[in-house]
Amino acid sequence: MRKYQPYIMLLLLLLLPLFGLSTYMMHILILVIMWSVIGMAWNLLGGYCGQVSFGHAAFFGVGAYTAGILYFKTGISAWWGLPLSVVIVAAEALIIGFICLRLRGPFFALATLAMGEVLRVTAENLRGFTQGALGILIKERTWVEKTWYYYIIVLIAVGAFVLVKKIIESKLGYYFVAIREDQDAAESLGINTTLYKTIALTISAVLTGIAGAFYTNYMGYIDPEIVFALHDISIITIMVVMVGGVATYWGPVVGAVIMVLLAELIRSLPRIGTAHQTLFGILLILIIIFLPNGIVGDYPKIKRILGFRRRVGTTS
Amino acid sequence: MLKVKDIDVFYGDVQVIWGVSFHVKKKEIVSLIGANGAGKSTILKTISGLLRPASGEVLFEGRPIHTIKPFKLIEMGIVHVPEARRLFVEMTVEENLDMGSLKAEAKKRREQTKEMVFELFPRLKERRRQIAGTLSGGEQQMLAIGRGLMSLPRLMMFDEPSLGLAPILVKEIFNVIKRIRDEGTTVLIVEQNVKQTLSIADRAYVLENGRIVMEGTGEEMLRNEHVKTAYLGV
Ligand SMILES: Nc1ncnc2c1ncn2[C@@H]1O[C@H](COP(=O)(O)OP(=O)(O)OP(=O)(O)O)[C@@H](O)[C@H]1O
Ligand SMILES: [Mg+2]
Repeated sequence: MRKYQPYIMLLLLLLLPLFGLSTYMMHILILVIMWSVIGMAWNLLGGYCGQVSFGHAAFFGVGAYTAGILYFKTGISAWWGLPLSVVIVAAEALIIGFICLRLRGPFFALATLAMGEVLRVTAENLRGFTQGALGILIKERTWVEKTWYYYIIVLIAVGAFVLVKKIIESKLGYYFVAIREDQDAAESLGINTTLYKTIALTISAVLTGIAGAFYTNYMGYIDPEIVFALHDISIITIMVVMVGGVATYWGPVVGAVIMVLLAELIRSLPRIGTAHQTLFGILLILIIIFLPNGIVGDYPKIKRILGFRRRVGTTS
Repeated sequence: MLKVKDIDVFYGDVQVIWGVSFHVKKKEIVSLIGANGAGKSTILKTISGLLRPASGEVLFEGRPIHTIKPFKLIEMGIVHVPEARRLFVEMTVEENLDMGSLKAEAKKRREQTKEMVFELFPRLKERRRQIAGTLSGGEQQMLAIGRGLMSLPRLMMFDEPSLGLAPILVKEIFNVIKRIRDEGTTVLIVEQNVKQTLSIADRAYVLENGRIVMEGTGEEMLRNEHVKTAYLGV
């Protein structure tokens, strides 16, 4: 039964649009799946390889701008930004990796954070190239309907899921975990830690960049404040994985569902407006205290607590 | 086999190793002894490439190794069993052992070597599927040694293998180290358990404040007045 779980899930995903969901529901689904992709990407680097990045917006943004600038400068469909972003973001990851991967732990985290911010400021100021704060608008949207956007992001997500799973189950996965657990020991046992960290970073970055390029196509408008956002991209990425479960296959998916729904919920509350970041912060603290391994990682614990409650209920 | 020539090692601006020189001959057990903070671990980390000497050289079979990347040393046959074990705590016992045999030659003989390790430490065999982080301190030390052996080393460096172990286990670990040498592996061992170490060591060096202050055979050291008062507490 467990073996078929992913296939059932896939079938469900493919059939979902046939149920005639509202446009709003489809929009939420697309966001959830897009965030799953970003979460899976971050999880590969942060969860499995132990290199916690606070700057994944750097890759999301460059992916998004690859599609945007391609369209804006040449008039070619922004969809070509997806394959092109693979190349551009991979190159970007190699450069950022070269700078940041020599640092460890909190220093790596801070360096990636800085990278994201540097790119945001750069995108704001290179007006001739990026349109600066004006942003880039995709004037001819490919579809009005959401269905095809949905299928495209499902395809990307399935690809990302399979890729991450295959990597983690291969020898690469063992190397990543060894680096996370003890980089010096891994190095002493013959693992070229610089090389494997670079591989993890590059794959993670490319997947995030593809999500960014998709975002441009889907939303039809990008500006630096949105796609290079420290809070709304980099931090939310970490939260998706932490809430769902670090270093688990389904964690990013579960985390994406919760974070997207929560964001919608908070946004709909009256008078809360800009306080939503505070609420997210509080949520993160609660998660770290009560579910340090995320919902997927601490699932047995959650089951135990809920099961316990039920039993108490029936006896009283 | 191993020659350390006049190395200076710094952490940032702070020099902790001052002109240290020593050598280890083939199939010897050589020991570095010294108090906390003397610089013993620093020297081992320098040999295994995790730190770089500011000056001086480290030669292995005549080849300088202080300039090559640490992950390449294992291919030359050097393995470091680090202080505090440094296992992959979320992997199983067996996965830890597999991580010890990544180079091609060792990988080919992985199962064979594993049997040898299990014969040396039957306790590990029983617990092969257990998560390394849940092993007892003694079992973790066995696993750390086992993981080192998996690479089929020619030079094995131990950093305080007896740290935190019960006396009976300390004896067992020292016996194993002796056996490892008897089967042809050269051993460099760093210890604070001076008496036991000197009794298995062919030669020893005393390290104080980052400098070598004395050297001699294990027996000579055991009889030396300075060693007796400073390290043996008699
Ligand atoms: N990463 C580091 N940064 C700065 N100083 C360090 C670092 N590691 C060790 N030192 C200093 O270098 C000196 C030697 O340390 P080292 O760990 O080599 O000692 P040791 O002989 O192994 O001691 P012990 O027996 O306690 O393990 C100490 O004074 C220590 O404080
Ligand atoms: Mg030490």
